[in-house]
Amino acid sequence: MLAKRIIPCLDIRNGQTVKGIKFLDIKEVGDPVELGALYARQGADELVFLDITASHEKRKTFVELVRRIAQHINIPFTVGGGISELNDADALLSAGADKISINSSAVRNPKLINDMAKNFGSQFVVVAIDAKQLQGDDWVVTVNGGRIPTEKRLFSWAKEAEDRGAGEILFTSMDHDGVKNGFANDALARLSDELGIPIIASGGAGAKEHFKDVFTIGKADAGLAASIFHFNEIPIPELKNYLQKEGIPVR
Amino acid sequence: MNIAIIKYNAGNIRSVSFALERLGYKPWITSDHDAIRKADKVIFPGVGEASTTMAFLKKEGLDELIPSLKQPVLGICLGMQLMCSFSEEGNTECLGIFDEPVRKFALQKDADTKHKIPHMGWNNISRVKSPLFDSTLEEQFVYFVHSYYVPTGPDTAAETNYIHPFSAALQKDNFFATQFHPEKSGKVGEKILRNFLMI
Repeated sequence: MLAKRIIPCLDIRNGQTVKGIKFLDIKEVGDPVELGALYARQGADELVFLDITASHEKRKTFVELVRRIAQHINIPFTVGGGISELNDADALLSAGADKISINSSAVRNPKLINDMAKNFGSQFVVVAIDAKQLQGDDWVVTVNGGRIPTEKRLFSWAKEAEDRGAGEILFTSMDHDGVKNGFANDALARLSDELGIPIIASGGAGAKEHFKDVFTIGKADAGLAASIFHFNEIPIPELKNYLQKEGIPVR
Repeated sequence: MNIAIIKYNAGNIRSVSFALERLGYKPWITSDHDAIRKADKVIFPGVGEASTTMAFLKKEGLDELIPSLKQPVLGICLGMQLMCSFSEEGNTECLGIFDEPVRKFALQKDADTKHKIPHMGWNNISRVKSPLFDSTLEEQFVYFVHSYYVPTGPDTAAETNYIHPFSAALQKDNFFATQFHPEKSGKVGEKILRNFLMI
């Protein structure tokens, strides 16, 4: 039976893993390769590495880091941050990344999704969406780490991304991120109902129960979190044991 | 040991090479026919689209070389599918090593039985046979990413269930293949790669 995936997310700045709350108040928490390898040993199903420096002169450093990750880590990983053209993706894939995640660049240039899917296959292309709830079912898509609202709405944009060839959607609720009060389960369930591709839930994990809820109520295929893993608030083996006891299929 | 990884226009070749390096081997990534023919083991990896990849193999003459190989050969993911007779992806005639077709998963729209496509993530393998596996690998989880599948048949060496049972691995004579990615399947994948290298 296909297992629900637990995905630690590592934000990388200048080659170091960092964690902030609501994209602010950023602290360094360690070496990405060591931390990633530790999570892999603990039973993480995948890893996501987001380059939050993403300034042009630092891209080479990140590509080198991706190569080091690919050499040392024996589970799949996605990389994102500052990917705005095919060449960026190509360099990361050649370095050994399994998937790339695009966010603001896809909002600004939706055709990028088509180009990426055509060149590298849909399975390589994760479209990340940061959205804020306006009211009820109305969610506005934001860019630049949640700072800038756009014209796009969550559900129509997610569907468009799927139609253009995205292989997965990584949805972060900016309202839930860092608050540790659970995932945006209603919006996640609607995404799962309306789309035929896997949905990765992000933003809001603070307790083991939140993962059970996101896989049952939220119908998500994968749950992503950062600080609860980085600060060892919920060790991955403990989380997996809990989910197994609750009848959630996990590895 | 002399291990050749067949180089062609597919992604993910680097990952297979890194996985073998973690096991202490130094594989060659090559499309040179002599180098491939002389290798002790050959790995045919692959992530990509069937028809464009077959066209590339033909251009390089690899479509004739691969089925003629006598040493153990391991196809991975698209590599496995291309070793079959025919793929619904781009209606492509494939290498015909395994006498099985490659079908597309049909999207299950009903909310209760909904299965997303691609089949992406960790799933368990069962009814394992062939030297690739041993009994400790029964029911272990491995990593899949695919939208097309090979039905179960006489060459099936392991099964996985997604929507319905399909071939997670195939074997016929010196040809081995996995639909999943052993190079991305943690310790379980490492064991399967080691088993292949011991054949």
